[in-house]
Amino acid sequence: MAGAEKPMFAMDGNDVPFEPGQTILQAALAAGRYVPHLCFHPEFKPHGSCKLCTVKINGRTVASCTTLAKQGDEVESETPEIQDLRRNLVQFLFVEGNHFCPSCEKSGSCMLQAVAYDLGVMAEHFSPFFPSRPIDASHPDVLLDFNRCILCELCIRASAEVDGKNVFALSGRGAKKHLIVNAESGRLADTRLAVEDKAMDVCPVGVILRKRRGFQVPIGERKYDQHPIREVAVGKATARHASGKPSPQGPSKEGA
Amino acid sequence: MASEKKKLRVATTSLAGCFGCHMSLLDIDERLLELLKLVEFDRSPLTDIKHCGPCDLGIIEGGLCNAENVHVLREFRKSCKVLVAMGACAVNGGLPAQRNHLDIRDCLQTVYMTGTGIRRGFIPNDPELPLPLDRVHPLHDVVKIDYFLPGCPPPADAIWHFLNDLLAGRTPTLGHGLIHYD
Repeated sequence: MAGAEKPMFAMDGNDVPFEPGQTILQAALAAGRYVPHLCFHPEFKPHGSCKLCTVKINGRTVASCTTLAKQGDEVESETPEIQDLRRNLVQFLFVEGNHFCPSCEKSGSCMLQAVAYDLGVMAEHFSPFFPSRPIDASHPDVLLDFNRCILCELCIRASAEVDGKNVFALSGRGAKKHLIVNAESGRLADTRLAVEDKAMDVCPVGVILRKRRGFQVPIGERKYDQHPIREVAVGKATARHASGKPSPQGPSKEGA
Repeated sequence: MASEKKKLRVATTSLAGCFGCHMSLLDIDERLLELLKLVEFDRSPLTDIKHCGPCDLGIIEGGLCNAENVHVLREFRKSCKVLVAMGACAVNGGLPAQRNHLDIRDCLQTVYMTGTGIRRGFIPNDPELPLPLDRVHPLHDVVKIDYFLPGCPPPADAIWHFLNDLLAGRTPTLGHGLIHYD
């Protein structure tokens, strides 16, 4: 293979090179081309559940995070049709949970919100469910606000695969599917979750929150306040915050 | 009225909101004078006109938390050619909708009867008081809304940009920095 030209596929008319074994989403992001996504995290095996990264290849819609790139594929991503589909998916997520951004301490660092901004979602369009989802404040250092869960399973994957603790799981089926805490009492305080865990740093929305840190970075100066997610996701955004200071949450990528 | 171009007639109101969006509208500052070259206000907290006449544009802040809110919203829908939901509460219920997972009777009892420092309390029941709804609703749950302007409140620049698009006959869009849900 040495010296051989890298294989390519075309995305919206632009050539995207890829390494054999890469998915369309991985190759696109590596080439600096943003594809909206929520349940995908570069450090975890693709999950293919949120469907936000849906693209059209040769007339078929597929999740680009689980589809291997193939030489010569014609991939449609930012077409009006696919963007409309993505907007609808985001709107579904908003109405199925309780996403009150003005009172959420993750606002400005939230991927769901940032993706919605990127797609130009001006309203939820559908009638909100307003589900009742009590919070879990039992843990001394961590607050769980289930109202914002989008079922991406990143915390489940991180806790099982990296932390080896299996703190989180999904329960129920269909519209009743929800995140649970893996303890007999159902309370986070009765698990081995610690603030250093990987599971603390992967929530794309505002479910898993460190206590007493909520507003260390003021609203308006946060990651996606400063840079659109399409720049952050492909590493084009330089400073994380306007102040230039590193995140007070240490290695956390999604924190503040 | 003598100006060569007829001004658009605009009505505004605040339903289950905090008037923060109206304050943000006033925050467009001296651009208000530019706006007033293009529009004249009908029913609005700025004019104190009580009922809406025929209008080109209705701008509504706040969601629906009681029967009067629904009544006013329907009056706006009847009177205005184009209806805009302005701000988080109008768009998705916002802060007032955070009571939606609570029972309304429990809410009223806690606030008026059993809360700290209340003696001989009772739930207000004057017939002039509009009845609260069991849940707070966004505007589009009840009437057709033509355009949505998110934000809590939407920044003044977003309101200005949005209105300029609308008055020029374009579908309003907000880019990064102007579109905010918080």
